[in-house]
Amino acid sequence: MRYIGHAPSQIDEMLETLGISSIESLFNDIPDNVKLNREMNLPRPLDEIELKRELLNISKKNKAADYVNFIGAGAYDHYVPAVVKALVSRSEFYTSYTPYQAERSQGTLAAIFEYQTMMARLTGMDVVNASIYDGASSLGEAILMACNIKKKNKVVFSGAIHPEYLTTAKTYGFGNGIDIVSSVYTSSCETDWKQLEKLVDDNTAAIVISMPNFFGVIEDVKQAEKIAQAKDVMLIVSTNPITLGLLKPPSDYGADIVVGEGQPLGNSLNFGGPYLGFMGTKAKYMRRMPGRIVGETVDADGKRAFVLTLQAREQHIRREKATSNICSNQALNALAATIYLAYLGKNGFRDVAYHSHANTQYFINEAKKLDHIKIINPKVFNEVVVEVNDLDKKYQTAIEHKMLPGLKLNKFYPEQKNRLLIAFTEKRTKQEIQELLKVLGVS
Amino acid sequence: MENVPLIFEKSRKGKEGFKLSPLKVPEIEVSKTLGEDLLRDELDLPEVSEVDVVRHYTKLSRMNFGVDNGFYPLGSCTMKYNPKINEEIAAMSGFTELHPYAPEELSQGTLEIMYDTQNLLAEITGMDYFTLQPAAGAHGELTGILIIKKYLENKGEKRTKIIVPDSAHGTNPASANQAGFDIVNVKSDSEGLIDIEALKTVVDEDVAALMLTNPNTLGLFEKNILEISKILHDKGALLYYDGANLNAVMGIARPGDMGFDVVHLNLHKTFSTPHGGGGPGSGAVGVKAFLRDFLPKPLAAKNDEMYFLDYDIPYSIGKIHGFYGNIGVVLKAYAYIRSLGAKGLKEASEIATLNANYLLKKIEDMFDAPKDALCKHEFVVSCKNWKEEYGVRALDVAKRLLDYGFHPPTIYFPLIVDEALMIEPTETESKDTLDSFADALRKIYEEAKQTPDILKSAPHATPVRRVDEVKAAREMKLKYQG
Repeated sequence: MRYIGHAPSQIDEMLETLGISSIESLFNDIPDNVKLNREMNLPRPLDEIELKRELLNISKKNKAADYVNFIGAGAYDHYVPAVVKALVSRSEFYTSYTPYQAERSQGTLAAIFEYQTMMARLTGMDVVNASIYDGASSLGEAILMACNIKKKNKVVFSGAIHPEYLTTAKTYGFGNGIDIVSSVYTSSCETDWKQLEKLVDDNTAAIVISMPNFFGVIEDVKQAEKIAQAKDVMLIVSTNPITLGLLKPPSDYGADIVVGEGQPLGNSLNFGGPYLGFMGTKAKYMRRMPGRIVGETVDADGKRAFVLTLQAREQHIRREKATSNICSNQALNALAATIYLAYLGKNGFRDVAYHSHANTQYFINEAKKLDHIKIINPKVFNEVVVEVNDLDKKYQTAIEHKMLPGLKLNKFYPEQKNRLLIAFTEKRTKQEIQELLKVLGVS
Repeated sequence: MENVPLIFEKSRKGKEGFKLSPLKVPEIEVSKTLGEDLLRDELDLPEVSEVDVVRHYTKLSRMNFGVDNGFYPLGSCTMKYNPKINEEIAAMSGFTELHPYAPEELSQGTLEIMYDTQNLLAEITGMDYFTLQPAAGAHGELTGILIIKKYLENKGEKRTKIIVPDSAHGTNPASANQAGFDIVNVKSDSEGLIDIEALKTVVDEDVAALMLTNPNTLGLFEKNILEISKILHDKGALLYYDGANLNAVMGIARPGDMGFDVVHLNLHKTFSTPHGGGGPGSGAVGVKAFLRDFLPKPLAAKNDEMYFLDYDIPYSIGKIHGFYGNIGVVLKAYAYIRSLGAKGLKEASEIATLNANYLLKKIEDMFDAPKDALCKHEFVVSCKNWKEEYGVRALDVAKRLLDYGFHPPTIYFPLIVDEALMIEPTETESKDTLDSFADALRKIYEEAKQTPDILKSAPHATPVRRVDEVKAAREMKLKYQG
């Protein structure tokens, strides 16, 4: 009777009300030849003590969870404040669903409105939706949106985009026959702008860049703006929101759609999800945007209140003519991002960006003094590519020191041998960085 | 009543919440490291204290209504109780602090959970392989339909159409459209089931698949499912299962045995993970063995020594999520399945169905509803008679229910029922709760007759009164301008 609301006698009363003698007869409409007619083959049920013990033991097999983490590559080990965890754990938030009944959902609605506001300020865009599944899928949705707006079916990617975002975007594009081509990246891990420009043709709806790019490099974004304007294509920018604590917003360099992974804003690593994808655009495109949007209004007493709006774009109204199929999104993760931004506030948020950047610069400056670490491009924000000799051996040494020294780039780029992509957050201490330098810097 | 508060209005210059200690590494000049022209002007975020933040969001939370606050019979959403132990487990640091690119040999715990969950879901549904990558039901639909598209292309077939019943969730046609298919609607018969003759006339060699929810959105089991399956398969088309309503049939009948080739599940519905105010969910997708090679990459797999991520999927559609899906949600679903076991899951479906039938019996006399019909875990009644006789609409009934402390059912869906109330009680609700909900509806029915204005101006006892949706759509205030 786990999680069942009735006393046994009440079940009997209910059967009596229905005039039947067994629950089984409620399934008489299911033909016998589609019934299972055996017990499912599942492990025996566990009580709460057994369950907790077993899951705790399984969790301990994730040894990497305790290691000092220098891996980034789209998911970052920023600190999640206790305030964020405590407030998103309020069950009025997490046990509710999509705020269809506005009068009893003002908590979720007001928080989404705050989220839209703060993310719009961060990205410089006019309007931001209430979230998409993650960074990669928000980019997938963005290319569909751009192709619909431009009525064209080709998108040109910078070669320095997260490789798994490219793969995801291709999957999104596959359905509607959207051609996704990718330029190469240069030897300094930057976008090859000349090649990218050549790939843009009359059938191209948009170009996609990442800022900073997958290799951590600060891109020459003026080039992207120039190409987008000259070729009359939309500019889609994928960005890490933490970097916007210091860097100017993508609106300043002509972005039409800004997307990205919101995980760094108060969400734990969780082996890749649940995270949140964010998406912002210009006012003129808002009716073409996927996802939920909250608007301000008043109630019958004339008091300010909030409600889901622009619903005529959505699947439950428009069915196959909707801008997207998205329904459930990542609302609770967006709430975490909202509380994170509010709590860190103007100065705290800038500090997190600054500390992450300063730690990165410290590593670069110290590494330059060593013979065996080559910095591929020092013009980075919070992540940097290094080349070291005997990478596999050094990686193993780091593991022995309970340290994840970064992402081996040959996972995605076979040509990038002996290279690591290393990320720094405000959580990394000077001592941890020194230890990393020691491991990587030996001959 | 007052305005709903916003954090921006609490901001006072110089207030601080979170604060880091000074840097231990050398200070830097960002104008030099990043370049003067790339630096932003001041960022306008709130300046508030920690207490301000805690009080504000606590206050907002109190303006919300969740399953923990009370009965939430939102049809097709399966708002069952979300067990607290599952939250505690998902919050274990061994799970939360794991980076998706951490070495596999140091991530064995989560990989084990993923692998086991894939297999548990396969047994529950009668499918062969599962991917956990889709992050929500609609995301699962898109994934499933793209798998079908890739499979057909690989066979050299260019099929352009997907059939959806007129009772289908809006996500079905939207997902099929997003996968590049044309939509063919097929109507329901007088019983509310898919019209077999109508189906036969639209199934041809251009049809890639039929998307079906079973039991359907009216809460009725499509008892002709084997015939439907044969009609599709005979023409080389596939059968897609929208798993939104799996909570009716766990341990009783499995989509895999009904002839479905692809299914998506909503782990946030059937498997008790919380809905989070709109997400995160998880839209795991299962397929029969012949479609395994088209699943998104990677799958969790196991060899003699360890669990690993298997990227060897020859015709994979690629990726549908940057990493591996909403793993924190999967973990809660896994804990739920391990808590209940085979008997417990079957009992959940049985009691969910008992509750729906009981509640229908208690209220059917007030509505246009098929009398003595057998429903599964949910049912639909029509307020058409309320509208015709008393001038009150389903929307008014919904708003008045808020005053009685209940979350309303889904309204105006499915589209084939006028003034629909779609009610899904779930198994975790007690008889006492169902009785009090039925009593409230009866009182509201009397109010509709005597004092209909109370309904039309409802709600009265909520944090805000009825909101003006038209004004919101007209003015488009989508961010704080204060």
